[in-house]
Amino acid sequence: MNLYRAHVLVCAGAGCISSGCQGVKNALLESISRLGLEREVKVVETGCMGPCDLGPVIVVYPEGVFYRKLKPADAVEIAEEHLLKGRVVERLLYRVPEDGRTAATFDQIDFFKKQTRIALRNTGIINPESVEEYIARDGYRALGKVLSSMSPQEVIECVKKSGLRGRGGAGFPTGLKWEFSAKAPGSPKYVVCNADEGDPGAFMDRSILEGDPHSVLEGMAICGYAIGANQGYVYVRAEYPLAVQRLSLAIEKAREYGLLGQNIFGTGFSFDVEIRVGAGAFVCGEETALLASIEGRRGEPRPRPPFPAQSGLWGKPTVINNVETWANVPPIILNGPEWFASIGTEKSKGTKVFALAGKVNNTGLVEVPMGTTLREIIFDLGGGIPGGKQFKAVQTGGPSGGCIPARYLDVPVDYESLTQLGAIMGSGGMIVLDEDTCMVDLARFFLEFVQDESCGKCSPCRIGTKRMLEILERITRGEGRDGDIELLEELGHHIKSSALCGLGQTAPNPVLSTIRYFREEYEAHIYQKKCPARVCRELVVYTIDEEKCNGCGRCRVVCPAGAIFGEKKKPHRIEVEKCIRCGTCMEKCKFSAIYSL
Amino acid sequence: MAVTCQCGGERTRKLEALLDRYRGQPQALIQVLHQAQEIYGYLPREVLKKVSLALNVPLSQVYGVVSFYSFFTIHPKGRHRISVCKGTACYVRGAEQLLEHLREELRIKPGETTADGEFSLEVVRCLGACGLGPVIMVDEDVHARVMPERIPDILSAYRS
Ligand SMILES: Cc1cc2nc3c(=O)[nH]c(=O)nc-3n(C[C@H](O)[C@H](O)[C@H](O)COP(=O)(O)O)c2cc1C
Ligand code: SF4
Ligand code: SF4
Ligand code: SF4
Ligand code: FES
Ligand code: FES
Repeated sequence: MNLYRAHVLVCAGAGCISSGCQGVKNALLESISRLGLEREVKVVETGCMGPCDLGPVIVVYPEGVFYRKLKPADAVEIAEEHLLKGRVVERLLYRVPEDGRTAATFDQIDFFKKQTRIALRNTGIINPESVEEYIARDGYRALGKVLSSMSPQEVIECVKKSGLRGRGGAGFPTGLKWEFSAKAPGSPKYVVCNADEGDPGAFMDRSILEGDPHSVLEGMAICGYAIGANQGYVYVRAEYPLAVQRLSLAIEKAREYGLLGQNIFGTGFSFDVEIRVGAGAFVCGEETALLASIEGRRGEPRPRPPFPAQSGLWGKPTVINNVETWANVPPIILNGPEWFASIGTEKSKGTKVFALAGKVNNTGLVEVPMGTTLREIIFDLGGGIPGGKQFKAVQTGGPSGGCIPARYLDVPVDYESLTQLGAIMGSGGMIVLDEDTCMVDLARFFLEFVQDESCGKCSPCRIGTKRMLEILERITRGEGRDGDIELLEELGHHIKSSALCGLGQTAPNPVLSTIRYFREEYEAHIYQKKCPARVCRELVVYTIDEEKCNGCGRCRVVCPAGAIFGEKKKPHRIEVEKCIRCGTCMEKCKFSAIYSL
Repeated sequence: MAVTCQCGGERTRKLEALLDRYRGQPQALIQVLHQAQEIYGYLPREVLKKVSLALNVPLSQVYGVVSFYSFFTIHPKGRHRISVCKGTACYVRGAEQLLEHLREELRIKPGETTADGEFSLEVVRCLGACGLGPVIMVDEDVHARVMPERIPDILSAYRS
């Protein structure tokens, strides 16, 4: 094997792909070969490293120098300066926003320094296509330990003692779930990985699958041994082709090395994994629907009990866990349950990966101990709100979750605290909202999502959410009526208590939580016919300030509706009936003469 | 309409090979539909009939599955598929306005294809690049932080 003097890790996560990492990688490869460095420097692609808004990003090892926002020409410079002459290219380093100092390595950058990476321990560090690199970072050692020195019962005890809870939404204790399956009569048994990641705004599972697929396979194999299963399935959403490709390759490599398949490590234990690709239905993330989909049927949920642990795939005992849950298993086995339980809060152990998005400076993935406050996540790691705007709320848990206002920023985040606030942990999506977000419109958005994605099997969900959506649409159009808020609350509580699956049971949450914290915004829409955030179009009126307008005519030219009238050099005016409220005129007026109410 | 027309030979052979691999396995339905759609670009009626026979799944059930999952389509798509992300992160960063511009530019609604067969438009929920919203995907390319002004340039790069 050739020993390389340096490695360059190129982030090839979805974020960096969209900001052009392929061009950067190609430029690197060309320069390296032009400079004759092929045998000294190796370029590898990894999954999302976390700081997506700095993309495309690369890291040069052994020094660990982190470069960001690269263009292909920058890559040429890095090859010539850094890789050939050993001189760090200052210009392309990360700059600390406060004082403009440059920071060369991860441990100098707050964004990384303040994280505790367990589930993401390898993403951005190893080449996800190389099983050797996973092994070099203790990969498959936990599986070896389990097979050679632990009984299935001991494995289950270990996971129970660690306090690990499901990272896919509900937070059910993982060890307990395994125990139920282990004890359930029936065979064969199955192990399933839920990689459907449907919450729009969450992409941590994807990053793990694309950046460290073996950690998931290893976790599943350990569970297979613990419950007595020999077959696993990973259900991946069709929107993640790279994850599917990485995972297939990982399975192939693991089989080659005898880490999956027959007689693993010569212990007589056999375990194999197959991939099932979803087909674009959000409800298939729900476990019973997911199992139906693996069986080739419509992904409609069914009532529980029986739970999958008792009666899952083809009616057999089945453990189903989320991607991030699986990735936590090997370190727990290796470092011991006490180590894991020492991180986090009383009832929520370990870390959680959050996907920061929306109106926040540092968008991307962060992994922090349970119990970290929202303020630390959004302001210390996330770098606060762009454009000097005011933080308004953070939405957690996606369509099942809720909005948490500024006064709770110092609440330590765990499963219980978020539920108490009317939101949920969910899969870890965190959408930051600023003063320009209308909470009523956001609630409407989520209900529209739920309406689209409801499978239609039960009427509280199918019809109830439709009624709620109609009411919200009316309110945002300026046709809200007295009593609408109460009606929404009543419908919401009814749906929560009577829908068949988690989708319907949680669908009213975004509405109820925004009513709880932003009731005055609903009232402004209904009674004053105003949208304080100026998002709801029908409620915004554009007006030209005659004092400030100098009659340049710019707005008249750009108005797509022909709603602006006026003679040159004389104050213009907007005809309200014609205006379609596109806001273009306000954007284009150089004299700030147009305002909205 | 039979599918064994002009370009049919090659595709039919691929389909037959696919069906042979999964013959008599009803649980493989979704995976077979995926691959069949990859071969044809959509799921023509004739193909669904063949799938039904080969996998031993009643045709009504095949249709039930096809209509349940939004990924499957029984209508041909444009040469280039535009997906606009309307996930939460993109929504709060202006996905709605973006979609509106695209609708005006292409003169079609989501779910439709332009008259010249060049583009089809659809709405998706999260492409996993939420940090960089609003995001659209054209074929396999992801475009990030798309401002409405950029739409004409992006589209013209694909026009044949
Ligand atoms: C509507 C709905 C969608 C869900 N989507 C997902 C998902 O995308 N990924 C996931 O891991 N769990 C999802 N879940 C939770 C699963 O039903 C299940 O609880 C989870 O996969 C169990 O794994 P865990 O214990 O490791 O979290 C969803 C639940 C509901 C009700
Ligand atoms: S609650 Fe909604 S998604 Fe769940 S089974 Fe009922 S209709 Fe389907
Ligand atoms: S662009 Fe501004 S200054 Fe010019 S005519 Fe319009 S409102 Fe007046
Ligand atoms: S908001 Fe749009 S439609 Fe209304 S006046 Fe301004 S440019 Fe014209
Ligand atoms: S995709 Fe590259 S840092 Fe997230
Ligand atoms: S919300 Fe648009 S990419 Fe995730």
